[in-house]
Amino acid sequence: MNKLTAFLGSDFTYRFRKDKVAVVSFCIVVFLVLSAVFAPLIAPYDPYDLKSIDIMDSELPPSWNEDEGDERFLLGTDPQGRDMLSTILYGMRISLMIGFFAVLLQALIGVSIGLLSGYVGGRVDAFFMRLADIQLSLSTLMVAIITLAVFQAAFGAALYSELAIFMLVLVIGIAEWPQYARTVRASVLAEKHKEYVDAARVIGMSRSRIMLRHILPNTLSPVLVISTIQVANAIISEAALSFLGLGMPVNKPSLGSLISSGFEFIFSGSWWITVIPSIVLILLILSINMLGDWLRDVLNPKLYKD
Amino acid sequence: MTENTKTPLVEIENVEMRFGGGGGFLSSPQPVVKALNDVSLTIEKGDAFCLVGESGCGKSTLARTVIGLNPPSAGQIKYNGNRIDNLNSRDRQPFTKKMQMIFQNPYASLNPRMTVYQTLEEPLKIHYPAMSRAEIRSKVEEVMLSVGNDPTWGERYPHEFSGGQRQRISIARALMLDPEFIVADEPISALDVSIQAQVLNVMMDAQKERNLTYLFITHDLSVVEHFGSRVAVMYLGRVCELSHTNDLFKTPRHPYTQALLSAIPKIDGSGVNPVKMSGEVPTAMDLPSGCVFHTRCPYAKERCSREIPALQDNGDTKTACFAVEEGRV
Amino acid sequence: MALLDVKDLEVEFPLGRKTLKALHGISFSLNKGERIGIVGESGAGKSVAAFSILNLLSKPGRISAGEVIFENQDISKLNRDQMRHIRGNRISMIFQDPMMTLNPVLTIGTQMTECLKAHRAISKEEARQISISKLRDVMIPSPENRMDSYPHELSGGMRQRVVIAIALLTDPSIIVADEPTTALDVTIQAEIMALMLELCANNNVGLILITHDLAVVSQVTERIIVMYAGRIVEEGQTQDVITNPKHPYTRGLIKALPQENSPGARLNQIRGSMPALDAIPAGCSFNPRCDFADEQCHKDIPQLTGPKTHTAACIHIDRIPAFQSTGGLT
Repeated sequence: MNKLTAFLGSDFTYRFRKDKVAVVSFCIVVFLVLSAVFAPLIAPYDPYDLKSIDIMDSELPPSWNEDEGDERFLLGTDPQGRDMLSTILYGMRISLMIGFFAVLLQALIGVSIGLLSGYVGGRVDAFFMRLADIQLSLSTLMVAIITLAVFQAAFGAALYSELAIFMLVLVIGIAEWPQYARTVRASVLAEKHKEYVDAARVIGMSRSRIMLRHILPNTLSPVLVISTIQVANAIISEAALSFLGLGMPVNKPSLGSLISSGFEFIFSGSWWITVIPSIVLILLILSINMLGDWLRDVLNPKLYKD
Repeated sequence: MTENTKTPLVEIENVEMRFGGGGGFLSSPQPVVKALNDVSLTIEKGDAFCLVGESGCGKSTLARTVIGLNPPSAGQIKYNGNRIDNLNSRDRQPFTKKMQMIFQNPYASLNPRMTVYQTLEEPLKIHYPAMSRAEIRSKVEEVMLSVGNDPTWGERYPHEFSGGQRQRISIARALMLDPEFIVADEPISALDVSIQAQVLNVMMDAQKERNLTYLFITHDLSVVEHFGSRVAVMYLGRVCELSHTNDLFKTPRHPYTQALLSAIPKIDGSGVNPVKMSGEVPTAMDLPSGCVFHTRCPYAKERCSREIPALQDNGDTKTACFAVEEGRV
Repeated sequence: MALLDVKDLEVEFPLGRKTLKALHGISFSLNKGERIGIVGESGAGKSVAAFSILNLLSKPGRISAGEVIFENQDISKLNRDQMRHIRGNRISMIFQDPMMTLNPVLTIGTQMTECLKAHRAISKEEARQISISKLRDVMIPSPENRMDSYPHELSGGMRQRVVIAIALLTDPSIIVADEPTTALDVTIQAEIMALMLELCANNNVGLILITHDLAVVSQVTERIIVMYAGRIVEEGQTQDVITNPKHPYTRGLIKALPQENSPGARLNQIRGSMPALDAIPAGCSFNPRCDFADEQCHKDIPQLTGPKTHTAACIHIDRIPAFQSTGGLT
């Protein structure tokens, strides 16, 4: 309780409350994340339950359309007759899940490599940083497209659609570790020459313990900042891959595959299938990025000393 | 100091330290910096041995070499007669308990993410894993009190303390393992005048109570005069004068020591009248030939730019200077 | 009439919810060609005082009251353009870090001539000649060649000399020097201090020297102002303040110097530390650290009292015994 009151009274909270953009973005992110997490409770239909879908309901416009709208479907339906609202909620769940786990993987790989490179230095450092350079010279999407396309061709679409979510996490996670590795390495290089690290060595502490107990905790604020931006990036990558047909299958759509699936109907007037998920995606990404920007400003030691 | 038993505790023998150079797998070579050149010193038990010099003279490098943060490029370091510079970290453990260090910058020497208590218990946890929580707690409290800190500070983080308080916490950390020998690298130069006195007092009290031996690095000669029992003056990686503190202040012999002493501003307003030194200060990257001081020395002769003077005994002090040897100073 | 007259200057820093007061109304004056020193520890407000005189306070900081009268006008109210004619022209500034003044990508010569031409209508050649002569004044060897050097090619001491030369370029009437030698080695510090003393005296330039080092101040200045927690606690002729300090804080500072204590003995120390800006105690801000403090000190804020040549802000100034230097050496 004491810690909570201290946190609420801290400068961090104060600066947060003062910044309207941050508050609004935070509210939007929390709202979207909560509605994604509790999608099964909130959504009026279960889009994965094939029994509840009636093909006769396909391509119904949102309910506010007086001519063709149907009260049952607030945001209309998609070409398979699924309720758009439910599908978007479930899709967002998948998008956020992929984003979150991909970033977790990126951070795990990147932070470990960055920590090792920065602290050990020498050949280990040279090796990993050149590896990072090579990785960065290939765009994430290119790597992902090649890997996923090869996988799809080799194992068939059926197996692929089953494993799609893992594959996406794996591919996006592995493709972007250099971001973390470089950031962490830079802070490790700055931290390891500080006297508290020398002090730990003088005490006789082992290298691994110094890395984990002293250096790692002091490199985490930049990691936190890039994580927000990386989550947004991962969601975008997933959406792009899905849009290209290499992401989530149509029967388990993410926001990206929803947008993609509606795209062929956009000229027949069914705009909502593409536009509404796009708006949700944009809102999500924008809010996460705004929050990340704010966090960067607050945690920047040049602007704010603790 | 008073009980000069004359047993050598730390022996520094012909230590050299070079940085840079090389260049290896996918990295380019760097210019070589000769930070220490053939430094030999003996620190006796109970000494408050001061190492003085200006920035870039290698005094901090020597301190870090002695404590084992940088292994020397050549030469040996002995502690109680045992060679320690080539030990791996496990064999070194018994010595790390005995040798501790206090750092210059109280704002950087404490981990900002650890509470004071966590910082202080850490050395005990590493060296005495069997110690119970209660024992650790009472030891931390005892040491905190001995350096004049309030033991209730334990739960707080370093940023809540002033520079002087942090430096006392640093001293407490160094004392946790009951060391015999403490290297203090400019421990007061980042502090305000009124706080410097507090910290120096804590260090002197600790020396009396615990029979400590200090290697004290500083650029401030007035502190040396107050604190030190013996003093070595360094210039560009070499020792140029080695003497008892009293003798050094009474009769400085080496031209550089004289210049250094004349440059200390005195509070009585006796006016600025430093010994004029000519020329630019060379860097350790580009050392002058012969005596490293000859480019600025008012007594320099042709011989000084050719030969390197060795430390010579003249009674109580040792100097490395041809002009002193030849009786020209 | 004093050249510079600072009256009841107050500076505050609005930070989040709180507004921190860095200066609580300080007043002092500087006569033509006079050298004064402002001494204090970190947090005393000495640098803020210097920066506010030149309207150089960093962003949230602002002058909330008081005036700075220079040549009969209040320069604290001037706008940026008007201030440009004063700052760097009539009043120059020397910072602790020479690289605050020097631009790393321009040669020394370019920087000096540009600076001169900004304030004077003179030709390039004239500007060059003046610059070289100023570099010669600060004893830079072969100044003609140095004009083409970049700042990074010079040593720390040389850079600070160049900065002094730049400060003298426009023949200012005041130089404000903020810890000009703190980053330098003792031998270099002594040379630079001797140089500044000589140049100010020869050119009749007023000097405001800001430093934490009483010894440096005692050698260069004629008058000393001692600051503590945003207030002036003692002011007087240098000799008087050094040999007979009145305020308990000044006394503590002098007695804490190693040279004032016999070797090997415990040093006289002031207990505690300078309060943070948001935790300045009520009454006399020095009271928690003072041996003479009583109840009155916790209530009343002392004013500077005493003869014009030597004032101190202490309620118990008459009760405190005469100062005795414990002087170890000297």
